[in-house]
Amino acid sequence: MTDPVLSVRDLRIRFRSGGRETQVVHGVDFDIRGGETLALVGESGSGKSVTSFALMRLLPEAPRCTIEGSVSMGGVNLLELSERRMAQVRGPRIAMIFQEPLTSLNPVHRVGDQIAEAIRFHRKMSKADIRARVIELLTLVGIPDPARRMHAYPGEMSGGMRQRVVIAMALALEPDLLIADEPTTALDVTVQAQILELLRQIQRATNMAMLFITHDFGVVAEIAERVMVMYAGRIVEQGSLADVLSHPRMPYTRGLLASVPRFEDAGLKTGPLGTIEGFVPSPDNLPAGCSFHPRCPHARPGICDGALPELAAHGGGAHFVRCARADEPAFGAEPAEVS
Amino acid sequence: MTAIPDPATRTRFAIFRGPRVRKFMRHRLAMIGLLTIIFLTLACFLGPYLLPYDELYIDLRARFSPPLTGSHILGTDPLGRDIAARLFSAGQISLTVGFTAMVLSTLIGTVIGVVAGYFGGWSRIGLMRIVDAFLSFPSIFLMLTLAAFLKPSPTMITLIIAVTSWMEVARIVEAEVRGQSSRDFTAAARMVGAPHWWIMGREILPNVIGPIIVAATLTVARAILLEAYISFLGYGIQPPLPSWGNMLNNAQQYLDSAPWLAIVPGVAITLAVTSFNFIGDGLRDALDARSVQ
Amino acid sequence: MIRFLTHRTLQGIVLILIVSMIGFTVINLAPGGPLSQYAMTPGMSQQDLDRIAHQMGLDRPIPVQYLDWLVNMVSGDWGKSYRDQSPVLDVVWRHMGATLLLMGTSTAIAVALGTLIGVLGALKRYSVFDYMATVGAMIALSIPTFWFGLVAIFFFSLELGWLPAGNMYTVGDQSFSDYAIHLIMPSIVLALVNVAIWSRYMRASTLDVMDQDYVRTARAKGLPRWRIVSAHIVRNALIPMITLAGLQLPTIIGGALVTETVFTWPGLGRLFIDSLGYNDYPVIMGLLMFSAILTVIGNFLADVGVALADPRIRLG
Repeated sequence: MTDPVLSVRDLRIRFRSGGRETQVVHGVDFDIRGGETLALVGESGSGKSVTSFALMRLLPEAPRCTIEGSVSMGGVNLLELSERRMAQVRGPRIAMIFQEPLTSLNPVHRVGDQIAEAIRFHRKMSKADIRARVIELLTLVGIPDPARRMHAYPGEMSGGMRQRVVIAMALALEPDLLIADEPTTALDVTVQAQILELLRQIQRATNMAMLFITHDFGVVAEIAERVMVMYAGRIVEQGSLADVLSHPRMPYTRGLLASVPRFEDAGLKTGPLGTIEGFVPSPDNLPAGCSFHPRCPHARPGICDGALPELAAHGGGAHFVRCARADEPAFGAEPAEVS
Repeated sequence: MTAIPDPATRTRFAIFRGPRVRKFMRHRLAMIGLLTIIFLTLACFLGPYLLPYDELYIDLRARFSPPLTGSHILGTDPLGRDIAARLFSAGQISLTVGFTAMVLSTLIGTVIGVVAGYFGGWSRIGLMRIVDAFLSFPSIFLMLTLAAFLKPSPTMITLIIAVTSWMEVARIVEAEVRGQSSRDFTAAARMVGAPHWWIMGREILPNVIGPIIVAATLTVARAILLEAYISFLGYGIQPPLPSWGNMLNNAQQYLDSAPWLAIVPGVAITLAVTSFNFIGDGLRDALDARSVQ
Repeated sequence: MIRFLTHRTLQGIVLILIVSMIGFTVINLAPGGPLSQYAMTPGMSQQDLDRIAHQMGLDRPIPVQYLDWLVNMVSGDWGKSYRDQSPVLDVVWRHMGATLLLMGTSTAIAVALGTLIGVLGALKRYSVFDYMATVGAMIALSIPTFWFGLVAIFFFSLELGWLPAGNMYTVGDQSFSDYAIHLIMPSIVLALVNVAIWSRYMRASTLDVMDQDYVRTARAKGLPRWRIVSAHIVRNALIPMITLAGLQLPTIIGGALVTETVFTWPGLGRLFIDSLGYNDYPVIMGLLMFSAILTVIGNFLADVGVALADPRIRLG
């Protein structure tokens, strides 16, 4: 078994504002292997975006933000690198694409120049070679007429095309890991499908690892091999796609899945869409014990509001759940109500 | 959040406990500015009663004496007049002119800004073009030309300063009112049949008071500065009436022998203008609706 | 782009028209109007004045006078100086160079310093430097330019003897270094207020840009800090400043007037003051109109500059 491309251990992130410190991520562990896509799922406020930014060290400096733990790539803990060394890692080793293609690109520079910039500052190449590489990348991401398009400004392109440019920029140096932070959320559904397909293709061709952050299980099903669910700064369920999507053990995951409308149910009277009552707790006001218990239909006083459950293996495999009641046999059956 | 005060405990001074006033008071510079202005105003209007000399008294033996020598705290001018006394008298005029000019220009600017912002369309475009045209003239050029053509009495100077200062206020007010006019409560008032002037005066104006006050404060600063400029150049307040600006008028030729003649009034002007600018800044922070906690 | 340019040109023309109307109103405020010069000549009877008024066309209706005046202005006839009968435009032309030199140098200093201070303040927000720069800027724009000039002359000319107290050059020595040394104090004094304003706006603009997503993307690309600051932050933050430069023109021209007076600099500002003293109305009005038109053109050029610098304006 080859070493994972990225290894995160006990990642803890704190923010300080107005004299108060708030813990936002409480010890996250995961590995990503080459060629695999790990989906990080959660609602807003779960800490998923913050986690991904932390991997690239794109969060504010201390004391506003403190990151602890280890993020290892090739044996080096990225959190310990100087800013200059980290800048050398960003691009060739890890790259990131963001949610809003419209604002992710500098409106004042040409698209081709922005991709070239990604290359120029990491590799010594002649201008002609860089130009050729830019055209190659634009072709790779499916932009027609790349030699002409590279002179366009971002404002002259559609959202889908811009996102392709962003992907081209990220892939320019063939990184080992691509972090995708909700790259399709701002796009139309058809474009979304195209982008996902593009990413899959590239991954197959280059054996690149991908960390895909989203709140949309439909996208997860399309693209991921493994899934991690985050709630209130902790991972609450983790496993293969099949495990998590078909046999979710954590009530939160169940709730999320139940709230996704199913195409097969269209036109049928299947009852109201599942909802999870209540609101995501704010990081400085977390409930005691399991963070989800106030909203959980299966919460049992004495068990769920006491100690914080461990992220424990379920069924002896690679399926981990953070729920005190996950191993109870009766728990596996569909509950009477999920709302 | 903040509790609704019990009517029994609300006093006339409750406003001083309001969140915005507290925010202003936390702004150190604004408070320093406010205290400085209060001090300056008191000094200029009450100071003359405390000084041994009045500004017209000519002390021939003490001509050209530097500050802190002898009985004249800030020294004397070429005619032997006490500088401190002249400074205070001049201050009365400079501050009054500045303040009055502000009131006038704020009035003009607000009216134009409200009308332009509320009605929109061609009236807005037309009025704003006029504002832009006035702004194209350097204030000093315009003021000097007007001062040269018209009689330079203090009233006329005040008017001239006002005529060259209303544009900034108009711009700010127009922008704010434009935002307000498209809001729901405006539409509601129109549906009920309220006449335009009522909506402008009773609904929109109160919401725009904040930025107007900030603009007004900054306009005083500017007006005091403008008065200093034209009086320095000789076309503002005319002798024998003293103003901080015209005290500097003669100072240049005595720069070698009596530098305090130039330094003292300049410091006064700078203090006053800086203070008003600090106050304006503090007010802007305090009245910024978004940042009140 | 063409549409943008035509739109702005039309706007500019409308603006100049309104400026001319304001100017015409101001002219007519002159005591006795254009006739006052003659009224001072002894021996002028009322009939003589009336006859001259008729000759000058001053008994025609106002709109006709205005159009007449406007046509003259457009065709380059701005009247003749009362002092030496030379055409006003020639007089203006003769003095323009000195003022442009002063304004140009001063603006260059102000932009360079202001950008530096503003960007540094934004990058190191809330630091001691930032705080001092902000407070310093507020004090600097409260200082009367002429007073600053007087104080500067006092220190650097009278006390220290390092720099000359006025004029553009020393008679007899008109070498480059002579011009340069005379230029130092006036251009710095004139620059003071503009450095203050520029740095405040630049700081605000830089802060806005720093929050943008594309700066985060630049970091994610692994670019070195200097590249992010120069190509992404400052490059974008400077765009609104071009507009500011246009808007600041009247302030700089006005400041130049005052600076030229204090430093006896032979430019348009000094000319204006002298003409006031001589009641040379044609030159006074000429300079007033000239400054306004210069501003309108300056703002137009600034808008063109923004369109060139920002593709969003060109294409949107």
